[in-house]
This record gives sequence, structure tokens and C-alpha cells, in this order.
Amino acid sequence: MREIAASTITAAVARLCIEACIDLPEDVETTLRRAQASEESPLGAEVLEQILENARLARAQRLPICQDTGFTSVQLLVGQEVLITGGDLYAAVNAGVRQGYSEGLLRYSILEHPLRRRNTGDNTPAAIHTEIVPGDRLTIRVMPKGGGCENMSTLRILKPSEGEAGVKRFVVESVFNAGPNACPPLVVGVGLGGTFDLCAHLAKRALFRRLGEPSPDPDNARLEQELLAQVNQTGLGPAGLGGRFTALAVNVESYPCHITALPVAVNIQCHAARHKEVVL
Amino acid sequence: MAEPIRLRTPLTEEAVTALKAGDRVLISGPVIAARDAAHQRLVELIARGEPLPVELQGQVIYYVGPTPAPAGRPIGSAGPTTAMRMDAYSLLLLERGLKGMIGKGRRTPALIEKLREHRAVYFAAGGGLGALLSERIRSVEVLAYPELGTEAIRRMVVEEFPAIVINDCHGGDYYTEGVETWRVPSE
Ligand code: SF4
Repeated sequence: MREIAASTITAAVARLCIEACIDLPEDVETTLRRAQASEESPLGAEVLEQILENARLARAQRLPICQDTGFTSVQLLVGQEVLITGGDLYAAVNAGVRQGYSEGLLRYSILEHPLRRRNTGDNTPAAIHTEIVPGDRLTIRVMPKGGGCENMSTLRILKPSEGEAGVKRFVVESVFNAGPNACPPLVVGVGLGGTFDLCAHLAKRALFRRLGEPSPDPDNARLEQELLAQVNQTGLGPAGLGGRFTALAVNVESYPCHITALPVAVNIQCHAARHKEVVL
Repeated sequence: MAEPIRLRTPLTEEAVTALKAGDRVLISGPVIAARDAAHQRLVELIARGEPLPVELQGQVIYYVGPTPAPAGRPIGSAGPTTAMRMDAYSLLLLERGLKGMIGKGRRTPALIEKLREHRAVYFAAGGGLGALLSERIRSVEVLAYPELGTEAIRRMVVEEFPAIVINDCHGGDYYTEGVETWRVPSE
């Protein structure tokens, strides 16, 4: 067994929260720059230029890219030979969120109950998902997920007879309904298959994939390209003000499914596609 | 693209009437920062017939929940939040003389109709441009409900704050127009 101290995890999570909120990932910035160079709508091109300028300013001034510093979505890939010492894993993660959001001057957006609606005052708890994987490493991925785009996400269990055409219709319709509320250009995470819960999880996991890296499954990779083309024909464009770049990428993740079902989930990510990871 | 129109707050009826969907504007002057929780409280006060902690006549509300101010800046990151969540409340505030709203995203048909009736306007500012937009905010002061934290009502003085008219007071809707211009018709 390889030992990792809970305090090491707390420190790592705190740093990832701050860096994710301030420093736009390089793959997102590169994709935005490419979009800016080829956007045909003058207003759309101006919006893309402002998005890039905002990212530069945030980095230079150590300001959050967006004031909605999100629900802290944390994915833990725990090697089965890892032993966490000196504390509880989830408590360590939440302590890191608490520390990162306070030190980084990030916004507290989490309420302790959906109906009572009292702010927890430190952005905890995080939305934590854990996967046990082979090896003796711990990978921590942090994604501060804003409400504007998360709230426009959808899930539907289609009938198998609706097939690929039905999947495409549902994804494009979801993106169009999200529209300007979700701060396009978007990254669209699509989950295909699994159970109700797993399907949504696949869609979220798709958002952690690097932009421009296709799915290893050839059918998913083709679907990604075709969906991106279709989504970009809607005319929504940057900020929903009209243009070619409604989305920067569509990432599809799939899983086997039941003979009766064709589940599809669409997790919408805004252009502030913030995520950071570390391997301990 | 045409030069942006310079606007001063509070907004006059003439200034609002001259605006058309798609106009780019630069807003200068005081605005009221308020979002979900603050709107709910204002509407509760109206329902009870009690006075409001802010004057709404001619004012512009900016839907924003900023991050805390770092040393040396009046505010942290401060971009717009989704406007539609405020629609049910905004209908009542428009009856109290509210002239403008700054947010992002589509409004409901009832709200758009109300803009026509009360000669008011809805602007979108850059969603996700919180760092950039904070540079246009000169000063910030909490006016009410400090216990709401980021959701408190604040008075912000903005200078050349960039926005675009989405819904004017003549029924225009730029989100619809923009998309129609760039949509690729399906075969
Ligand atoms: S949708 Fe994203 S960019 Fe837009 S306000 Fe929310 S977090 Fe910020």
C-alpha cells in the first residue's frame, strides 16, 4: 500500500480550486482563439475576443474568470493500492474546498438544503464522485461548475427505435434551449447508455476530456463531429447573439445499456470551461 | 458595426424609447446590483405594502452576485447572471418605475410584453466576462441585506459598462434576430 496523508489531499484540492477558477485551461483557450479567427459574425468575433481578453486579465490580476465559481465538482480516481492516512477522504476534500474558496476570494454559492436555501458559507460540500482504479496513485480532478450552464442540462430515456437520429435531435434541441443562458460557445458533454444515474455521470465525465481529443470509440468520434456541425448550424453563436460558434466541442461517452432503453444525457458547459487535475 | 450608444443612469423615457434591439451601449452612472434572494425580499415588501430599501424610479438593476473584492479593487469578478429567474419578480418592479435590467439569457414573453407597456429595456452584458466587466465598476456600496453575502443589494457606479439591447420597448428581441441571421437552414 502507498500512503497519502489526508492533509496532502486538502492542500491539493485548495490549490486546484483557486487555479481552476483563475486560470483558463490551455486547451480551452487555444480552441477559443481558433474560433475567434474564423467566426464570421462580427459581433460573435468581438464576443470571442472579449472572452480571451477576460481570460488574460483574470490570470494577470488573479481574479476569478467568472463570478460564478460554481458547485465544486470533484472526481477522485483512487488507486486500489492507496491508503489514506490521518483523516477521512471526503472530509479532506471538503476542507480543501473550504480553504481554497476562502483564500482565493471565490464566491460561496452552495445552499444547505434546496428548499430551506441557507448558504453554507464556505462553498462546501463539493459534489464528489469516486472511482476505484488499478495502481497506487490518486488523481484529483476539480471542476467549478457554474449554475447558468448546469441548469440547462438535460436527460431523457429515448425509445431504441428513435436511434441515432433521435439522439441527435435531443442533443441539438437541448443546446438550442440552453441558448444564451448557458454562455456559449459551449462544451457539450453527452452521455449515452447506462442507467439513469450513470448516463448523467457519463455526460459530466465527457466534460473532463481535453478539447480536440476524439473519443477512442470510432462511432462516438463520428457522432461528436456530426453533432458539433449540427449544433453550430443553429445560429446561436457566441453569447447567443448570432454566429457560427455555438459550441467549441461535443464530447461523447458511452456505456452498455438495457435492451429496452436508449438513455441520453446532455451536460452543458459554458465557455468558462474550468478544470484542473493533479496526480498524487 | 455602429459605434455604441452612450447612456447615463438613471434612464429617461426618451433614452429608453430611442433604443432598439441589437444596439450596443456603454452605460455610465449608478446601477443597483440585485439577484434572486434580494428580489424575493423586495417583492415581499411590496406585497406587505412596506417601503423598499431602494428607489426604483428610472433605475437600472444589474443581476450580479460578485466574488469578494481583493485588496485595491472595489469588487471581485462581477459578470451578469441568468435573467429569467428574476422574471416573476421583475414584473412588479417594472410597475414601480424600474427602467432597465442588465443580465444574460432569454426573458419570458410576459416580461417582454411588460417592457413595452412600461417603456423599459433589457440589456445583456457579457456572460462569463466577470473579470473584464469588473474593470468598468468604479465603486461599490452595500445598500441592503448585507447578511445575504454575494446576494446583498449593492449600489455600483459603472463607467462605460458595455452591454447590448436584447429586448427594447417596441417588442424587439435581438436573441431571435441574431439567431435568424446566422442559422443554417436544414435541407
Ligand atoms: S454559465 Fe459559466 S460563464 Fe456563464 S455565468 Fe455561469 S459560470 Fe459564468
